[in-house]
Amino acid sequence: MKLTLKVWRQKNATAKGQLVTYPIDGIDGDMSFLEMMDVLNNKLINEGESPVTFDHDCREGICGSCSMFINGEAHGPDRLVTTCQLHMRKFKDGDTITIEPFRAAGFPVIKDLMVDRSAFDRIQHAGGFISVNTSGNTQDANSIPIEKENADDAFAAATCIGCGACVASCKNSSAMLFVGAKVSQFALLPQGEVEATTRVLNMVKQMDEEGFGNCTNTGACEVECPKGISLENIARMNREYLAASLEG
Amino acid sequence: MALDSKIPQGPLADKWTNYKNEINLVNPANKRLIDVIVVGTGLAGGSAAATLAELGYNVKAFCFQDSPRRAHSIAAQGGINAAKNYQGDGDSTYRLFYDTVKGGDYRSRESNVYRLAEVSTNIIDQCVAQGVPFARDYGGLLDNRSFGGVLVSRTFYAKGQTGQQLLLGAYSAMNRQIGRGKIKMYNRHEMLDIVKVDGKARGIITRNLVTGEIERHSAHAVVLGTGGYGNVFYLSTNAMGSNVTAAWKAHKRGAYFANPCYTQIHPTCIPVSGDHQSKLTLMSESLRNDGRIWVPKKKEDAIAIREGKKKPTQLSEDERDYYLERRYPAFGNLVPRDVASRAAKERCDAGFGVNKTGEAVYLDFAAAIQRYGKEQAYVTHQDANDAALVKKLGQEVVRTKYGNLFQMYEKIVDQDPYNTPMMIYPAVHYTMGGLWVDYNLQTSVEGLYAIGEANFSDHGANRLGASALMQGLADGYFVLPYTIGDYLSHDIRTGPISTDSPEFEEAEQNVRSQVDALINNNGTKAVDYFHKKLGKIMWNKCGMSRNATDLQSAIDEIAALRDEFYKEVRVPGEQDEFNEELAKALRVADFLELGELFAKDALTRNESAGGHFREESVEEDGPQKGEAKRDDENFTFVSAWEYVGKPKDAILHKEELEFDNIELKQRSYK
Repeated sequence: MKLTLKVWRQKNATAKGQLVTYPIDGIDGDMSFLEMMDVLNNKLINEGESPVTFDHDCREGICGSCSMFINGEAHGPDRLVTTCQLHMRKFKDGDTITIEPFRAAGFPVIKDLMVDRSAFDRIQHAGGFISVNTSGNTQDANSIPIEKENADDAFAAATCIGCGACVASCKNSSAMLFVGAKVSQFALLPQGEVEATTRVLNMVKQMDEEGFGNCTNTGACEVECPKGISLENIARMNREYLAASLEG
Repeated sequence: MALDSKIPQGPLADKWTNYKNEINLVNPANKRLIDVIVVGTGLAGGSAAATLAELGYNVKAFCFQDSPRRAHSIAAQGGINAAKNYQGDGDSTYRLFYDTVKGGDYRSRESNVYRLAEVSTNIIDQCVAQGVPFARDYGGLLDNRSFGGVLVSRTFYAKGQTGQQLLLGAYSAMNRQIGRGKIKMYNRHEMLDIVKVDGKARGIITRNLVTGEIERHSAHAVVLGTGGYGNVFYLSTNAMGSNVTAAWKAHKRGAYFANPCYTQIHPTCIPVSGDHQSKLTLMSESLRNDGRIWVPKKKEDAIAIREGKKKPTQLSEDERDYYLERRYPAFGNLVPRDVASRAAKERCDAGFGVNKTGEAVYLDFAAAIQRYGKEQAYVTHQDANDAALVKKLGQEVVRTKYGNLFQMYEKIVDQDPYNTPMMIYPAVHYTMGGLWVDYNLQTSVEGLYAIGEANFSDHGANRLGASALMQGLADGYFVLPYTIGDYLSHDIRTGPISTDSPEFEEAEQNVRSQVDALINNNGTKAVDYFHKKLGKIMWNKCGMSRNATDLQSAIDEIAALRDEFYKEVRVPGEQDEFNEELAKALRVADFLELGELFAKDALTRNESAGGHFREESVEEDGPQKGEAKRDDENFTFVSAWEYVGKPKDAILHKEELEFDNIELKQRSYK
């Protein structure tokens, strides 16, 4: 396959960036998108140019590192996959592919396609936990039965990989799907109830401080989410938030 | 230095309790005066950092990823073992201990493994309390499944994402401490050297991957939870960034490296598709609960399949060779990983492989879909003779159990595993070897600890499935926080460790000169060229089957490749920016040294044990003919290597293994 790549190049956080065009040849349908980027980078290195910087690590769709905005979509045209699991068979010979970083005020560019998503960590520091120390004396794991449906829903929310596709896809750069998923996981489990009030208030406060926008129910986040995190999590967070505000 | 494993006296079952009763404690006020560095934020490092901070120590945690949540523990799929005996199938601490020692082919330390089995139950309690959403049954209680090498169901799981859920649990515990200011988190930092002051580990040198800044960090003790070194093979199921650098730098500063040749080659991975391949993807061992492994009985059929003239679904039951069920009737498809991998290689080498390259076997769910489908039809009072209905219901059950794994397979291979068997082949997955540690998890450098996959202690020559998560969390939550306290109790009056000392200066200059040399090398070949070449040597000569001739030539070839690397490598860009090629070059430089020690270790161990299979050491006759042959008389020891310059000149120290509670036997799964 022969392709034309238009790749966002930006030397550092303060430099001005631009799309640079690279023709590329010899791409196989069995390659992952990142393996195609490896081919490009090896070519650039051999030609004495600097390779394209992008985040990647596990390359099996679970670490949440990879974060490319491909032809106007977070993680590209395929559904329920991260960029590393997107395969080149989804493209045709002669295609032009535009590759940009995830863009949002809360995700400043570090270099090329790499962005700083530490805002997500800071939201979790504000309340993404249950306050239980490691003692070896916690009660037996089966002492509180949890309805299977709630356990399954908590798990579905907890599968969020924190990649930020939801933010990148949202016209308001809202992080509510991400935060909603974390709030929901704990809200659905009895262990999370004790701190429910402070958790949602603190996490939402931090989310706002990080410069993420509001949710206007467009639903793009759910469509682009590689893990299929449901919009219901946003609704659940809103209910939790309202209840907590009334209580507070 | 003589090796002292510091195993406590007394009966096996009482050792840990007695130990905890007798160690020195540090009072809460004094803990505030003590700093601990934790490198790596996977299950081991993350849980250790959180627990130490909860106890009151000042923790500095480091990871090379952009967030601690992305450490590669996140990718563990199948589950975590614990001797809860919730299924009432006869499980116990002793059985988990026994299975682990046997599974490791009697090459692990009894006392450490027993302690691991003992604290396993606490892990599940702790994780549930943290809000980890394990799979549950309709009664609301925790569900279990089986893994290879055992006859009970003791594996707790969260679909095929158990590692993710456990790591997010540890990450949430870290977040709570970061929020309180008890953990200072350094993301996108790579550790590049250990600093020793008066023989004790007192700090590290790091490189900020974003700015390139070389930094000094001091502490009263240093903990490495930096994972394994499977990427020495280039292709493995490890993450792209997983590396040996922290452990190797520790080795060069005096920490002995134990059993480097013990590598786990996992039987069920997606086969290599071409030269462009950058990494391999695991299909969880949990699939062997329901999947049956086979190749065609007749070579003609295998050839026809390879050439695309036949489909696997066209072969009748009689035309299939379920070779694991045939060879190992007692354990069948659930034999341990090393056994399953060698059996797949044996069939493929004999010409029965089923993909283009001839290096793949089938993992088939048709029987499970039928079985589950019929059961569902009965339960829901529908027609169990309606084949289409049964298939549909069966597929639904399989989807709820393994949905994400099936989806991952389909995305990568572009085939639907609900309707045609998966193709799998063994791939490098885990390294049992690692830094030598004593019972306290301290390396041979005072004040330097190694936990999780980075140490060697619990899995012997082969790790059982779902035991890596167990060990990582056991070390981090429940073992290290006690053992390190005993050591730190001597440091309550030491005061802060200054970074303004000749030792820090020397270590920093050491790192700077290495970085400068690589950046200014002006060679002609990219880092990947050398890494791929190293990987080929390792896979062909130090892989699933090893012999003296190949191992000797691997040692020479790796040394030659290392020379070429320093002459010819090209690292583009600058030092003071995000420069992935530089980071890769620093890591590959260490793999090029480790690989040589790996081959030397494999050459020295002239026996077959677990994942280490020597062609010279095979059962010649009897019912076990062709199976791996251990040599207990000559090799019941841990090989701990001391660095003295070139890896091939490393000095061997032996820790003799004593088995007082388990009788050493031929490991039979027949």
